[in-house]
Amino acid sequence: MTTVVKVEEKLYVNRYLVDAGRPHIKVRPHETPSAALVALTHVCPAGCYTTNDRGQVEVAPDGCMECGTCRVLTADSGEVEWNYPRGGYGVLFKFG
Amino acid sequence: MSEERFDAIVVGAGPSGNAAAYTMAKAGLKVLQLERGEYPGSKNVQGAILYADALEKVIPDFREDAPLERHVIEQRMWMLNESSYVGMHYRSEDFNEEKPNRYTIIRAQFDKWFSRRVREAGATVLCETTVTDLVRDIKGKVIGVRTDRGGGLIHADVVVLAEGVNGLIGNRAGLRPELKPEAVALAVKEMHFLPQEVIEQRFNLKGDEGVVIEVMGTVTDGMTGTAFIYTNKESLSVGIGCMVSDFARNETTPYALLEQFKNHPSVKPLLEGSEVKEYAAHLIPEGGYRHIPEIHGDGWLIVGDAGHFVNAVHREGSNLAMTTGRVAAETVIRLRQLRSDFSKADLALYRKTLDESFVMKDMKKYKDIPNFLHGNAANVFGTYPRLINEAAQRWFRVDGVAKREKERQIIASFRKGRGLRGLIGDAFKLARAWR
Ligand SMILES: Cc1cc2nc3c(=O)[nH]c(=O)nc-3n(C[C@H](O)[C@H](O)[C@H](O)COP(=O)(O)OP(=O)(O)OC[C@H]3O[C@@H](n4cnc5c(N)ncnc54)[C@H](O)[C@@H]3O)c2cc1C
Ligand code: SF4
Repeated sequence: MTTVVKVEEKLYVNRYLVDAGRPHIKVRPHETPSAALVALTHVCPAGCYTTNDRGQVEVAPDGCMECGTCRVLTADSGEVEWNYPRGGYGVLFKFG
Repeated sequence: MSEERFDAIVVGAGPSGNAAAYTMAKAGLKVLQLERGEYPGSKNVQGAILYADALEKVIPDFREDAPLERHVIEQRMWMLNESSYVGMHYRSEDFNEEKPNRYTIIRAQFDKWFSRRVREAGATVLCETTVTDLVRDIKGKVIGVRTDRGGGLIHADVVVLAEGVNGLIGNRAGLRPELKPEAVALAVKEMHFLPQEVIEQRFNLKGDEGVVIEVMGTVTDGMTGTAFIYTNKESLSVGIGCMVSDFARNETTPYALLEQFKNHPSVKPLLEGSEVKEYAAHLIPEGGYRHIPEIHGDGWLIVGDAGHFVNAVHREGSNLAMTTGRVAAETVIRLRQLRSDFSKADLALYRKTLDESFVMKDMKKYKDIPNFLHGNAANVFGTYPRLINEAAQRWFRVDGVAKREKERQIIASFRKGRGLRGLIGDAFKLARAWR
């Protein structure tokens, strides 16, 4: 597929209450990521996952919509620690 | 709060939790409902089609003040290839009835309304409160919950888990296995705003009439999935979803897939000039009957998406959520009259009632469809839509080729595209899964 889409532009219209300094999703320290973890760099609908120059996968969950896809995909490998944000924080859908 | 006791605690304020909390509060039970979002609906995503029947059985007069967008008078089903679609449309004046059967809604507004009705019925609703644990006694019976507000244990005779597809509480308590990537779909959705008159012109509507379009075909890039366009009063809900396991194998991003759908030549003119005001993503449990976990135990019940109650073939979820929520509540009310201790054996009445209802009957009917699609996605969502669109074009183009020759070409294209064995095999497998 050729369509290049900037997810930041999509997330821009959303409302969030970010719990600064308390990310609700963490990638556990790893040397080599599993295929599932690497897949998150394109599967996450908010583009929260990226690969750094050492080939490890990192997450920045500010634009996260709490869908749980990364949680389900890495449930077997246990590479992602996933919690809901504290009550009231996170994404605030105006329409849903 | 640690000293307070409730007859029932409901975790979550989506349609399943709201139906449960409303029904129990209305019967005079002391109900506490906990919701992690700032307001009910702030975490929830739906297409959204509301099926009136399920809500009517909970709140018969809901039409008086519920935020309904349009009642559906026309259903379109499209099968796409890259340049065309073959469609089946059903439109009927009969759907312009006094009590319409299906409506489009906007979930954040709908959930807020439903929650107000829950409060009015007498339940205590606490938002911005994430339940963190189920608490059990030494025999393993669930006796209450803990939240991230601190304040210790909140006691209840029974806990209804209406926590949705990402049921962390039930998972962590070991009530239910983790979801499998091949049993959940990831859907992304945008809200496109347009003036009311423009929507009515583009979709041939007047007043509160609405159209819903369900789409399958090459837009999902060979993955098991569907797309949709629903008309609201002043907006269009536009979305696409595919199985998480398929997304993991494919290189595509969900937002590129959505963009590709929006740019399809049959879709683009419908969205022309719209303003996008939200981009949302959510999982849908689509594994079907075989993925329904245990839904009752000592002191607990599971309702809605948390129990995998979604009929993916018919795009039904919220109605099953409301129905399971209502049946769970009626079970609790009944058992309370019988002075039950809400043991697993007593709560089995919930399962039994569902087994006898349309909920489990429908879930059972389609139990083999997910497996059928899983092994056949490339054909069902790629090869066939292509072949059918090409056949339609060949048939409608007037180009001096004799009709009998056109028929021959069409049949040959199917045999070449899928092979005679493949065609017969697919038809057979589908018929068996559908039964
Ligand atoms: C894109 C999309 C389109 C859909 N279209 C349709 C459609 O057209 N028609 C239809 O009938 N269905 C549709 N569905 C399915 C439908 O949305 C769901 O089946 C329905 O929302 C399930 O309701 P629920 O109450 O079980 O779960 P949810 O609506 O997910 O509600 C769960 C609630 O629990 C809360 N919660 C979770 N964990 C906790 C916790 N630990 N503490 C406190 N609160 C918690 C959440 O914040 C949430 O409010 C669609 C789904 C999607 C994603
Ligand atoms: S929950 Fe969904 S949106 Fe959030 S990081 Fe995971 S995949 Fe991305």
